[in-house]
Amino acid sequence: MLSLRAVAAPMRRQCLATAPRAVATLSFQNQRYYSAASSKVAKFNGVKDASGNFPVSIIEGDGIGPEISQAVKDIFKAAGTPISWEPVDVTPTLVNGKTSIPADTIESIQRNKVALKGPLATPVGKGHVSLNLTLRRTFNLFANLRPCRSVAGYKTPYDNVDTVLIRENTEGEYSGIEHVVVDGVVQSIKLITREASERVLRFAFQQAEEIGRKKVRVVHKATIMKMSDGLFLKVARDVAKDYPNIEFDAELLDNTCLKMVTDPVPYNDKVLVMPNLYGDILSDMCAGLIGGLGLTPSGNIGDECSIFEAVHGSAPDIAGKGLANPTALLLSSMMMLRHMGLNDYANRIEKAAFDTLAEGKALTGDLGGKAKTHEFAAAIISKL
Amino acid sequence: MLSRNSARAAQRLARAASRQQPHLQNASRSFATVQSDMFKPTKYGSKYTVTLIPGDGIGAEVAESVKTIFKADLVPVNWEQVDASGVDSGVPGSTEEMFRESVASLKRNKLGLKGILHTPISRSGHQSFNVAMRQELDIYASICLIKNIPGYETRHKNVDLCIIRENTEGEYSGLEHQSVPGVVESLKIITRAKSERIAKFAFSFALANNRKKVTCIHKANIMKLADGLFRNTFHATAADYPTLKTDDMIVDNASMQCVSRPQQFDVMVMPNLYGGILSNIGAALVGGPGLVPGCNMGRDVAVFEPGCRHVGLDIKGKDQANPTALLLSGTMLLRHLGLDDHANRISQAVYSVIADGKARTRDMGGNSTTHEFTRAILDKMETL
Repeated sequence: MLSLRAVAAPMRRQCLATAPRAVATLSFQNQRYYSAASSKVAKFNGVKDASGNFPVSIIEGDGIGPEISQAVKDIFKAAGTPISWEPVDVTPTLVNGKTSIPADTIESIQRNKVALKGPLATPVGKGHVSLNLTLRRTFNLFANLRPCRSVAGYKTPYDNVDTVLIRENTEGEYSGIEHVVVDGVVQSIKLITREASERVLRFAFQQAEEIGRKKVRVVHKATIMKMSDGLFLKVARDVAKDYPNIEFDAELLDNTCLKMVTDPVPYNDKVLVMPNLYGDILSDMCAGLIGGLGLTPSGNIGDECSIFEAVHGSAPDIAGKGLANPTALLLSSMMMLRHMGLNDYANRIEKAAFDTLAEGKALTGDLGGKAKTHEFAAAIISKL
Repeated sequence: MLSRNSARAAQRLARAASRQQPHLQNASRSFATVQSDMFKPTKYGSKYTVTLIPGDGIGAEVAESVKTIFKADLVPVNWEQVDASGVDSGVPGSTEEMFRESVASLKRNKLGLKGILHTPISRSGHQSFNVAMRQELDIYASICLIKNIPGYETRHKNVDLCIIRENTEGEYSGLEHQSVPGVVESLKIITRAKSERIAKFAFSFALANNRKKVTCIHKANIMKLADGLFRNTFHATAADYPTLKTDDMIVDNASMQCVSRPQQFDVMVMPNLYGGILSNIGAALVGGPGLVPGCNMGRDVAVFEPGCRHVGLDIKGKDQANPTALLLSGTMLLRHLGLDDHANRISQAVYSVIADGKARTRDMGGNSTTHEFTRAILDKMETL
């Protein structure tokens, strides 16, 4: 098993590496970069350490990060999850004018294949690329997975929301290619490639299969951006042929925004997949439907490594006071467990967490309760 | 594409640039002059001639409703109807010809009421006529008024915001190319001149309509140059309007805030694509695209159209469409002409019919047809 994986991984990498050349020389119609439809994009390849635990790199983050990380660690320990934490530091340094993270951190995450990350405060000032972007680039995290589920016990104008949104994470509007043409005229380039589109679309279909949803919907604006979004849409149609059990359709961005905010329930049986900017906006909008970023998990999926994170801010004003709500990080760690195939643990902890939230006895201040971070964690532990 | 207007604007820009080198130091310098914009509608006898483009989908039905109601109120407007369409008629060149005619008519009359033209997704299809028209006529500012209609309950209360959207550049520049097969670039263009023009428009609009706060929506943390230019220009222009409160917000946060706490917004100004997204989110807050009026303003021409631009091909010809959006856009047109009496009577009738709740179209949860709804408004107008 182990050796098989060792062979499989480089092969996949080779496939990817040769892909651009293939594009240039061969006719590109229906070109496939992933050898077979069955080969899984972004499979977890981590191995257990000597004590039988999966090592996981943990970036505790700034501000409230350490507190909420501690809550997650406590809950994991109580649940007997086979995870050993490996704390790493991502304080950025500028190397040759490029924002970089320490080499041992990169090494740790590459070894463990998976990391959990608390909120980071991006240093303000010129020349710093945001740390999130740096991490995404360093580990080639091509897909951002953002499920949003209504939390019983926290009332918003919207009930029964259960959306799953996948966002292309490496190119599109956020390619970072910009220049000043003449003073006062700026061009910013949205880059869409067949390779990156296919990768994220395949991931979307596989994710749909995995979580048992029957429909995948592409969100696009191909009426206006006929070539770029048109390419994304065309690749989607091609990839959809490999997944005959999943219903595929496409929807215009405008309609998605309108319908989701009017009534998000029809989206509960679908997986939405879209280019970078649309995904960024819509995933935060979905978070808004259920009560904000404090309740939504997020996973950044890459070929080799994946990083699961809380996307909310580091809230320096309440740091160290024990007031922070660890829900987002906890739910992200549930996604991580499922990614690692530890579904039983994930289900058990998740049920305890949602029950605690629904019960409403030990809620943190942001949800209208009075509990401290550790009291909330203790309430979850008592339900395990 | 380079119309005389934009050529003139370019010359003016060049002249201004050569005159004042250190741009940002001089706060009073100006590329755009909103206040002195001339407006001379065509008027023969005592009647104004206004171009009417019903558009595709539900356009014909709702335009019929507007014509009936305007006629009943003896509004001094002669319609010059042009049945342009974005749906391919089968006769080669005929759709383009009708489109040219509609643009020519708008240039003559300087004033129009317009439904939405359909845009095909296919690569071979024509580019969006809606976008082409805005670029050709240089109607650069799109206004979309989002306000709860009294008596019609939605999930959110007390929403009253106004989205001002740059209409002629940004992501909708239409500049796209394929570098190699499978790699597409789409250009987003942001210029200081147009950013300043839209910022000034937004501030002037806020002053004229007694609004207190203008929020700039951007993504300058990622698109540092393009959206950075937009944001910086906004803040530089804000110095000329000391009585208005100004702030800025990142677009993903703004969409999240929009669905959780929309009451915090007043006037919002943004580049093209974000406007499309937020106007749809906004429309969903108050009850859908059938209720949101809007207009497009330029130096010479003003075109009034529903603020949330949906064609409604699916309910075409079913007598289900809600004419409120086009009717209220029509009353905005009347106010633009100074015909406030007519405007007030018509909008009052529309609002009170909706508030009565007896005649409502399908999208508002009733089962009245377009005709019945129109009839109810006519009856109401008799009593006013």
